[in-house]
Amino acid sequence: MSDFKALPDLAPPASTTGFVGWLRTNLFSSPLNSVVTLIVLYVMYLTFVPMFDWAIFSAVFSTDNNAVCKDEAVGACWAFIGDRLNLFTYGSYPAEQIWRLNICFALLTLSFGPQFFEAFPYKRSLGIFSLTVFPVVSFILIKGGMMGLEEVPTDRWGGLALTLIIAYVGIVAALPVGIVLALGRRSHMPVIRTFCIVFIELWRGVPLISVLFMSSVMLPLFMPEGTNFDKLLRALIGITMFQSAYMAEVIRGGLQAIPRGQYEAAKALGLSYWKSMRLIIMPQALKLVIPGIVNTFIALFKDTTLVLIIGLLDILATVEAQIQDPSWGKVNVEGHIFVAFCFWVFCFGMSRYSQKLERKLHTGHKR
Amino acid sequence: MADPTQSRTTSNSSKTAIWNDPTFRSIAYQVIAVAFLVWFFYFIFDNTLTNRAKSGVTTGFGFLDETAGFGILMSLIDYNETNTYGRTFLVGLMNTLLVSVMGIIAATIIGFILGVARLSHNWLVSKLATVYVETLRNIPLLLQIIFWYKILREYLPGPRQSIHLVQDSVLLNGRGLYLPQPVPESGFGIVIAAFVIAVVVSVAIVRWAHKRQEATGQQFPSFLVSFGLIVFAPLLVFYAAGAPMSFSYPALKGFNVQNGLRLLPELTALWWALTMYTAAFIAEIVRAGIQGVSHGQSEAAHALGLRNGPTLRLVVIPQAMRIIIPPLTSQYLNLAKNSSLATAIGYPDLVSVFMGTTLNQTGQAVEIVAMTMAVYLSMSLSISAFMNWFNTKMALVER
Repeated sequence: MSDFKALPDLAPPASTTGFVGWLRTNLFSSPLNSVVTLIVLYVMYLTFVPMFDWAIFSAVFSTDNNAVCKDEAVGACWAFIGDRLNLFTYGSYPAEQIWRLNICFALLTLSFGPQFFEAFPYKRSLGIFSLTVFPVVSFILIKGGMMGLEEVPTDRWGGLALTLIIAYVGIVAALPVGIVLALGRRSHMPVIRTFCIVFIELWRGVPLISVLFMSSVMLPLFMPEGTNFDKLLRALIGITMFQSAYMAEVIRGGLQAIPRGQYEAAKALGLSYWKSMRLIIMPQALKLVIPGIVNTFIALFKDTTLVLIIGLLDILATVEAQIQDPSWGKVNVEGHIFVAFCFWVFCFGMSRYSQKLERKLHTGHKR
Repeated sequence: MADPTQSRTTSNSSKTAIWNDPTFRSIAYQVIAVAFLVWFFYFIFDNTLTNRAKSGVTTGFGFLDETAGFGILMSLIDYNETNTYGRTFLVGLMNTLLVSVMGIIAATIIGFILGVARLSHNWLVSKLATVYVETLRNIPLLLQIIFWYKILREYLPGPRQSIHLVQDSVLLNGRGLYLPQPVPESGFGIVIAAFVIAVVVSVAIVRWAHKRQEATGQQFPSFLVSFGLIVFAPLLVFYAAGAPMSFSYPALKGFNVQNGLRLLPELTALWWALTMYTAAFIAEIVRAGIQGVSHGQSEAAHALGLRNGPTLRLVVIPQAMRIIIPPLTSQYLNLAKNSSLATAIGYPDLVSVFMGTTLNQTGQAVEIVAMTMAVYLSMSLSISAFMNWFNTKMALVER
């Protein structure tokens, strides 16, 4: 009797493993696929090689002499961006006061950075801090005029700082208004419900640019004589109205997802309407819609560029003004790529964050 | 609907204080809300009237009949400086609709191609499509519009050095994109008539084939037949009638390009940017739609003996479309609303012409803003009405 002895496993065919195997399954799985791959590779060669050459290999990264950039043979002139970086970030904020903006940037990073880490324990209190204390502190720091800080008028605000301010105010102010509107839209009182529906659909139906035009030309008309609205404040009011309508719809989605039993249980416990909302419904609903809120925030963040049209100097407007400078030659593309990159980093980061949250909050029920 | 304020008054409500009675409360809240709204609107109305009286602007829509006195870069209808402000409204509206329709068509085509490309088994193709989508979605549209416009204006050569594309029939230079313009000659009407007849006959054939299949189970290649009919019948008539259409090709004459259909750089840049941006969103919608049809559906279809083609056509695509169409319509709506960014580059759309120039000249802020908003609002309300109708029509009919 000889023991049964299995032959050792044969190695898989060389053509299905390793790099070659990967190529065969992903790029050359069929004749058609091979042809497509080759064509795409050729097109990529034609476009990406000159692009990289322009952006990296023959680019000017730093120079003391602007004239270098005027040379046609030279690629991208990133030195221009480096030269104006302060202006693009802080606008025309007084140079000796820039530390105040820097503190705000630091606070912003501190209050949102930890949210990305799973293990950080105080996420909730940090979230509340960033929605309540942080805006107030930042306002005092940026505007000044109190606590011994020198006042900086809003027309000196600009650049990336202004973009962030508009986006942040938009979201922080729109959140409570959106919650109230969403509750109102689900109310049983016909007057309140109708008003909320009309308000929401009105703002959602028109483009933001017309809202901005409206707030810049019509708000002064609506107010008693002598009321002087700041240009930035007018834009912020318009953006908040617009944004809160979108926010209301997102939150309504969350409210609808809460099972009826939760409302009934809250009622059975004898909680009043506002108490049941505050303690039972809203904590659950808001948690559900955080990804949606982040997504509306991304849209709002991109839309802040529209303030350029009503004459505020956000990052795009600042860059638009600076690329006119003839001493650097044509730096049009470089300037726009820089702005695009700034927005892309924020938006892409946030969208990844919201996708991660969605996966985390999506517990079960997934078929 | 669950609303805790919903009233259920008990019969012995005499025991409850009146301010604790839900019905009373609900009425009181609403009365307060109405009173506040009335006061608020009266407040702004009164202020507006006072402010207007001070600046000497007359209220009302009378300004629409006054002479505009400014030129507009591009107009689909006859327009010159002597026309009225009402006419400028129409010109702007037409331009908005033009760029929206052009954008919707192009973005749908590119978006569907990209969406399918993202699901491609070819790694390179799907990764390239992903990079495209993730890049374009996360850059503000306004930036893209301005960027392409500047590129068209500053980096393209003058008319004499135009870039020649498609065997000289398309020219591109700093003054715009020149396409060959079809010029119908006498007798072209017959071709159009043939096309209309072919469409009507195809509809009839499809209905008949459907009925026959329901009754007898016999299939009829109605798609191929109607496709052939719609494409070849007009072509046949076209050549039979002696090809009654010529093209006017753009050509350099003197210092400028003459003939052909000229797309202004403003329009080209806006169209291009809107298309590329919206296509990225549509690609995501298409991908989600196709992935939303569960794999079991195509397996079941295969098990029933359907081959790949019919499986895709009869099982996967109808279900994917049900997922795709609602968000797709809202993307179309977004595109139409986003076309208002034309203001930034001076394309004469509704916002730029009417809310910009006309408003600055007349000072009729309230009327003009209201009219412009009403246009966009009615656009969005009609699209959402369509969407609701479509949703109810396409909703899964379950037992």
